[in-house]
Amino acid sequence: MKLVKSRLFWPAMALVTLLVVNIVVNPNFARITMRDGQLYGAMVDILRQSAPLMLVALGMTLVIATRGIDLSVGAIMAVSGAVALTIIDGSGDPDNVGTVAIAIGVAVLVSLVLGVWNGFLVSVLGIQPIIATLVLMLAGRGVALLITGGFITTVNSDPLSYIASGYLTLLPFAFFISVAVIAVIALLERRTALGMLTEAVGINPEASRLAGVRSRGIVWGAYIASGVLAGVAGIIYASNIKAADANAAGYLIELYAILAVVLGGTSLMGGKFSIAGTVIGVLTVQTLDSTILFFGVPSAQSPVFFAVVVIIVVLVQSPRVHAWGRKVGAMFRSSKETPRDGTPPGGATATSAPVATKPEHKEVSA
Amino acid sequence: MTAQTLEAPKTSSPGAIKQFAARHASVLPTLAAIVILVIVLIGAQVEFGNFLTARNMSALLLDNAYLMVLAVGMTFVIVTGGIDLSVGSVMAFTGILGSSMLASGTPVWIVIPAMLGGGAAIGTLIGVLVQYFNVQPFIASLAGLFLGRGLAYVVSLSSVRVENEGILWLQTTRFYLGDWYITPTGIIALLVVAIGAITMAWTRFGRTVYAIGGSEQSARLMGLSVARTKVAVYVISGLCGGLAGLLLTAYSGAGYPRNGIGTELDVIACVVIGGTLLTGGRGYVLGSMIGVFVFGTIKTIISFMGAEQSWTHIIVGALLLLFIVVQRAIVARSDRNT
Repeated sequence: MKLVKSRLFWPAMALVTLLVVNIVVNPNFARITMRDGQLYGAMVDILRQSAPLMLVALGMTLVIATRGIDLSVGAIMAVSGAVALTIIDGSGDPDNVGTVAIAIGVAVLVSLVLGVWNGFLVSVLGIQPIIATLVLMLAGRGVALLITGGFITTVNSDPLSYIASGYLTLLPFAFFISVAVIAVIALLERRTALGMLTEAVGINPEASRLAGVRSRGIVWGAYIASGVLAGVAGIIYASNIKAADANAAGYLIELYAILAVVLGGTSLMGGKFSIAGTVIGVLTVQTLDSTILFFGVPSAQSPVFFAVVVIIVVLVQSPRVHAWGRKVGAMFRSSKETPRDGTPPGGATATSAPVATKPEHKEVSA
Repeated sequence: MTAQTLEAPKTSSPGAIKQFAARHASVLPTLAAIVILVIVLIGAQVEFGNFLTARNMSALLLDNAYLMVLAVGMTFVIVTGGIDLSVGSVMAFTGILGSSMLASGTPVWIVIPAMLGGGAAIGTLIGVLVQYFNVQPFIASLAGLFLGRGLAYVVSLSSVRVENEGILWLQTTRFYLGDWYITPTGIIALLVVAIGAITMAWTRFGRTVYAIGGSEQSARLMGLSVARTKVAVYVISGLCGGLAGLLLTAYSGAGYPRNGIGTELDVIACVVIGGTLLTGGRGYVLGSMIGVFVFGTIKTIISFMGAEQSWTHIIVGALLLLFIVVQRAIVARSDRNT
């Protein structure tokens, strides 16, 4: 029962259900083959392809925890990819590891600056997060198009392709990037007081300020983190398609990232956040995407399914549906056993003092 | 700040200006938008010499008719304190729906209501989610965005040409007045603006919209029909999305499922530049029209200069930033005064 009440139970169940459906419909889905000491298979692909969304969603989790939202992540991805690939393209030797490293360094630095800008608008000027990040969302893609000169810059660079397609021993390199970022964020947020302070700022900015929390720095930091992670995600994306496409890079990713965060059980109202939940949410979104493709639906039509998922998720979270659920639960219980006021369905049997097991005690509570 | 005094000050002493500013704080952003529009137009005329021509100005309305219709719907939503991200994809969906129905031989008098109905249906869904299930407008309309875009591709994966004369008539007919001309699409857009402006200013419904944006709690305590109005603004926005789909289909002569990607952001930018406060409670439909003209003029100037169209979004982003900073200053000041 404790398991059921865990915040991660329902997100995890959704992912498991999705995986089971896939395996039942297509047994090949679960097959993982070993070739040259490297693992291949549909599930490995999901881990590899989920890397950009994972980074963006983790950054988004931090921002949402501070009661904010970052719409500019897709645009930052486009800028970052454009910067990195333009540098590599302009250099004489695209296969040089040093060149690629410098290009990535510059691109991440640019993303950091964009994150600082977002954070400045929100935490210093006090502009609503949706609008503050909307500015960059609009302008960012324009900037990216200017950097690439309006074209799709394509680059053939082995070190660059390695980031998205290469393998580090058993598993794809991109997967290790995800794991490293998850580990760093989990350590920073959960092994230090930072996570608690972030939640405090998100739950009640005014009270946390009065309690001496420097909310400005925490909010600012969240946007910087989101910017940097989006920058790295942009490089992975560019590396995957071996091109900087300012229009397609990170298209709608802000929405998928928000969806993943919400699926993972983090409320958009800020405050409590769950990194594990976001990880599960990202894997769910990615698996759903592959599932839709697998069922032969053109990928362009997949938003319909995501719309249905968003609607189901928000309905499950809404207070009205909870109230209905309780009503139905209460009716169900009162017809079967003694009504116990205030006890959640299926929980806390030990504390219910007036245990009446006789059916004659049946009465409907108001 | 719901009551607005309409008499304009006759004197122009500094005191009167200050008094005017204090009394009409909610009109100031819209006035600023008009000033910007005038500056941009004059600047372009000085730079190019042949910018302020009747042909050019007429084209401005023609090219941005669909944007104007969307901006009217968005103004209603934003004044209640909400947001509607779905308008671009609703426009794409209704556009491709209409053109496919026409291509399969459905008569126009069924197609146009179907387009408007499709938009209104998605709007209703968003409104119900927002009002009855306490879903944040951002997320509810996000679902609408996904739904519209996905459905557009379900209807057709590629563009569908429109050969119906009735629809194309909306675009090709030009009523001339000297060198100025206007198309039926332009007339529709202006009509929508007029209806929107009158509804917002002089009807009970419009007053309720402002009241909800000012304080939803107070509006409810006053006995206003908050629930109905909040659903209605999203239905109106969806309806405008459907109408914009019709105008865009007429304008481009085809339905295309990739139409309107990112249009929701352009629309929000136009509405904000036009002086509507994103926190709700203040804003004018006519202001949004000015916002659309500013946006359209910038776009025209950039194509005049032969520069990259990507500059449009950079400049509009910068303008948007300027306006929200100005708005914050105004709100901060009027909060101090009250």
